[in-house]
Amino acid sequence: MNLDFAQLVPSIPYITYGIWVTLQFVAVSLVLGFLWGTVLSLFKIGKIAILRWFADAYTSVFRGTPLILQMLIIYYAVPQLTGMDIGAFAAGVLTFALNSAAYISEIIRAGINAVDKGQKEAALALGIPYQTMMLKIILPQAMKNILPALMNEFITLTKESAIVSVIGALDIMRRAQIVGASNYRFFEPLLLAGLIYYLLVMLLTLAGRMMERRLAKSD
Amino acid sequence: MIDVTGLKKSFGSNEVLKGITTKINKGEVIAVIGPSGSGKSTFLRCLNLLETHNGGSIKLDGKETGQLENHLRKKVGMVFQHFNLFPHLTVLENITFAPQQVLKIKKKEAEKEALELLNAVGLADKADAYPSRLSGGQKQRVAIARALAMKPEIMLFDEPTSALDPEMVKEVLQVMKNLVKTGMTMVIVTHEMGFAKEVADRILFMDDGRLVEDEKPAVFFENPKTERAQVFLEKVL
Repeated sequence: MNLDFAQLVPSIPYITYGIWVTLQFVAVSLVLGFLWGTVLSLFKIGKIAILRWFADAYTSVFRGTPLILQMLIIYYAVPQLTGMDIGAFAAGVLTFALNSAAYISEIIRAGINAVDKGQKEAALALGIPYQTMMLKIILPQAMKNILPALMNEFITLTKESAIVSVIGALDIMRRAQIVGASNYRFFEPLLLAGLIYYLLVMLLTLAGRMMERRLAKSD
Repeated sequence: MIDVTGLKKSFGSNEVLKGITTKINKGEVIAVIGPSGSGKSTFLRCLNLLETHNGGSIKLDGKETGQLENHLRKKVGMVFQHFNLFPHLTVLENITFAPQQVLKIKKKEAEKEALELLNAVGLADKADAYPSRLSGGQKQRVAIARALAMKPEIMLFDEPTSALDPEMVKEVLQVMKNLVKTGMTMVIVTHEMGFAKEVADRILFMDDGRLVEDEKPAVFFENPKTERAQVFLEKVL
């Protein structure tokens, strides 16, 4: 065994600053992905054929190709086409939001379909407009059903966010690699990065359980 | 009030309603009875457009209902077999939701009216409970209060006591009897023959998608004209 954490100590703040970068990245991707995913799921269960077709095709493409490929296309290929240069962070967020929206839309669609159809009928019989019914009656119940699956998606997103290091965004992963390269010692910084990711995921898991408990109060 | 002419409804190749013609007058209490699969519930669901019919017409005060979906639903209240209360809302919120959202009544006003309705169905103390805390009979009474909060002119009941334990049936029927006394127009799909006999002004007997008899209860239960009604009554009475 040849481990020397003493050498790592001066670089710890540099790596831990990456938590902030990663969290920002995940939070923005999450919110965008969730909103877009909700819209897509409503397309999928809606009556308009062209929107349904679009949402299905969209999901199929984003689920059927590697995430890293999608990211490289957005980061390298889009600027080539449009002449518009987007930064690593923005490209990463965009990729993750577009990609997770595909998965989230499937989760929400399944959640909506699992809500008893009597709920929709009761809302219709009371004259409640479609939009209000979806937002205030159906989706809140769907959310409760899908929270575990959604939390899973969020955890995956947190872990997978490490691939933005490939396009040079300074997240936890990238910082650990830089420290490793400058000290010629990779094991210690990568171990630290692993610990940080693990703790983040545990925190998300806990937060998910707390939310589930809060939503369960009507049971 | 409602005119039904030659009403037809199919699910795929299965024709469930084969031409129903009848009339619902203001203030009438109508019980719809018949064997399961005879189309009773489908008939009721067509009346407030939960099902769209394939043939014939339904007119509300002389106007085709298909064109007045929102108007119609404000006038017609519905109570379901499985209650369909909103599980994530409290009893009070269940009742005040539609008046606030659809009729744009202020929250305070809606709550005041809701509490009066809860009082009328004997559940004022459950206002802040969630539906999962209620028994089946209590849920159905809340569902009736919820429909009444929209101040409908007609109330439709789709087998309101069929999903209840026997000891809860009475409390729900009592609430419905009280409603009859207020002069509400009601159409009730039911298997409770005693109740139908007691409160209904007319009995509609349906079999195999057809309206077989349309009679006063005294006549229908004592002297059913058709053989099908005779056979049915022998089985259920």
